[in-house]
Amino acid sequence: MFSDDYWGANLKLITICLAIWFVVSYLFGILLVEQLNTISIGGYKLGFWFAQQGSIYVFLALIFYYASAMNKIDEKYKD
Amino acid sequence: MDLQILTFAFVGITFAVYISIAFWAKASSTKEFYVAGGVVHPVANGMATAADWMSAASFISMAGLIAFLGYGGSVFLMGWTGGYVLLAMLLAPYLRKHGSYTVPEFINDRYYSKAARVVAVICLIIASVTYVIGQMKGIGVAFSRFLEVSYEIGLIVGIGIVLIYAVLGGMKGITYTQIAQYVIMIIAYTIPAIFISLQLTGNPIPQLGLGSTLADGSGTYLLDKLDQIVVGLGFAEYTTTPRLSMTNTFVYTLSLMIGTAGLPHVIMRFFTVKNVQSARQSAGWALLFIAILYTTAPAVAAMARLNLMQTVHNTEIKQLPEWVENWKTTGLLEYEDKNGDGRIQYTGNKKTNEMTKVDRDIMVLANPEIAQLPNWVIALVVAGGLAAALSTAAGLLLAIASSISHDLLKGVWRPHINEKEELMWSRLSMVGAIALAGYFGFNPPGFAAGTVALAFGLAASSIFPALMMGIFSRKMNKEGAIAGMIAGIGITLLYVFQHKGIMFIPETSFLGDMSPNWFLGIEPNAFGAIGAVVNFVVAYIVASNTAAVSTDVDAMVTNMRKP
Repeated sequence: MFSDDYWGANLKLITICLAIWFVVSYLFGILLVEQLNTISIGGYKLGFWFAQQGSIYVFLALIFYYASAMNKIDEKYKD
Repeated sequence: MDLQILTFAFVGITFAVYISIAFWAKASSTKEFYVAGGVVHPVANGMATAADWMSAASFISMAGLIAFLGYGGSVFLMGWTGGYVLLAMLLAPYLRKHGSYTVPEFINDRYYSKAARVVAVICLIIASVTYVIGQMKGIGVAFSRFLEVSYEIGLIVGIGIVLIYAVLGGMKGITYTQIAQYVIMIIAYTIPAIFISLQLTGNPIPQLGLGSTLADGSGTYLLDKLDQIVVGLGFAEYTTTPRLSMTNTFVYTLSLMIGTAGLPHVIMRFFTVKNVQSARQSAGWALLFIAILYTTAPAVAAMARLNLMQTVHNTEIKQLPEWVENWKTTGLLEYEDKNGDGRIQYTGNKKTNEMTKVDRDIMVLANPEIAQLPNWVIALVVAGGLAAALSTAAGLLLAIASSISHDLLKGVWRPHINEKEELMWSRLSMVGAIALAGYFGFNPPGFAAGTVALAFGLAASSIFPALMMGIFSRKMNKEGAIAGMIAGIGITLLYVFQHKGIMFIPETSFLGDMSPNWFLGIEPNAFGAIGAVVNFVVAYIVASNTAAVSTDVDAMVTNMRKP
């Protein structure tokens, strides 16, 4: 069915986006923070940077990416 | 120019702007009152959402909290932004497609149950009222500290302003004042940050300055220097020390994210845009406008901490800068020359530390003074703080008022009132909500301090799961949703109360507020996510053992899932 395909495409996109959402915040910012802190970018320890800066930038990119990708999917399944 | 006159001028001008908008954006229908006519541009709604979302706490307290917690403060940065990803992908577009005016109305339609609607209204009112008390206190404090008028008069002026634009314009008036408030708030937040970043690192962008070397020619990175100083004085290392355990950090972050996505006053902002595409886009704009402040805050935090340490430690008391004395008179800062050497030792050792009190709110409020910025910057910060408190209060009040007039009155008690009567009732509910908030502002209840965390806990454990299952599960029925909501709230409240006391009265806490008694080491404020899991599990078990949903409801879900 048409609308089932549309919904399936949406769910797939959400799964990918939320996986990235999880990785940058929970994994990089919390669970792996000590390991990442051994790497530095400029004056930032990498884990600290993800927790206080990087995760927020990625969240932002994810929402705009999702919105534009969904617009294309909307277009494709328009009757 | 004199600081007080400047502050009066800035606050006066901004208030005049809000009132002008109120008369220009008067609501003439319930659709305008509840959802601003459903015609707000996605960027405009994003900006209004940012102002709605960022409260006096975000503006004043958050950077100070991070300044003293360092890495441990990341919970709030990630938690209060990551929720927008969930909102954009899991809730906002589908709820906009359905097209209700309030969150409880959606619950009513999806779960074909007035009881579910009433449960949702109760959750919404508890979450919103507890939240609004904090804003009222912020308004009163800002007035009393900077304009030298009493707390009560300050509160009355603040309430009067909200009354005018919220009652006249409803969501329409609130939306356009929030846009103005966002602009004021963000200018007030970033200007001092830019100056301080320039002074310390030579880089005008605070987000980059935080990762740069110091401008003193030493070639040392700012964060390394900060770590050296705090560790040298016996404090925990700034960039690495977590708050409590890793499990707690994880669960707390998750609770704040789910709670953010489940707060009704935020969700209902997405009912004001034109269509599904706009709702998705608008969530991105909202987070962009929020991120400008939220990525500046860690820079403000670290730089203010560094400035504070360097200015105060080992300085002769006679040589202390003027702001130390100014803040000492407010009681937010105290020092005591314990060893009598005429100098201040600021250390991590409780016995020898001579800065006996540094309230975290000082970090943002005194920042311009610490960096020796001109008086107009300080006046601007006061106007910004007031804008943050007013915009959040207005959004919360609308959520409360619309749940009374649209959900309880029109939805349950008197379904036959017409459009004109409902508009009148919505205005009266707004007056009532403001009166209630004002009452709590004048008589802050003892449990006020602990309750904002409760608002997030309730939103996370009841509203978010009910909405999400309503969209993503065709099989979720009335019985499952209600049982889930009650179980989620029940376990969250039980956990909070058993550690913090019933209604936060410490004597009634039957387990005591002791970390060894915490379940998996999770603090009560972080329990919302566990409540949400319980909600999902209970809802599924109950739903799979009770009657299936009707074809009408199934059709409703299908409709939401179409573009």
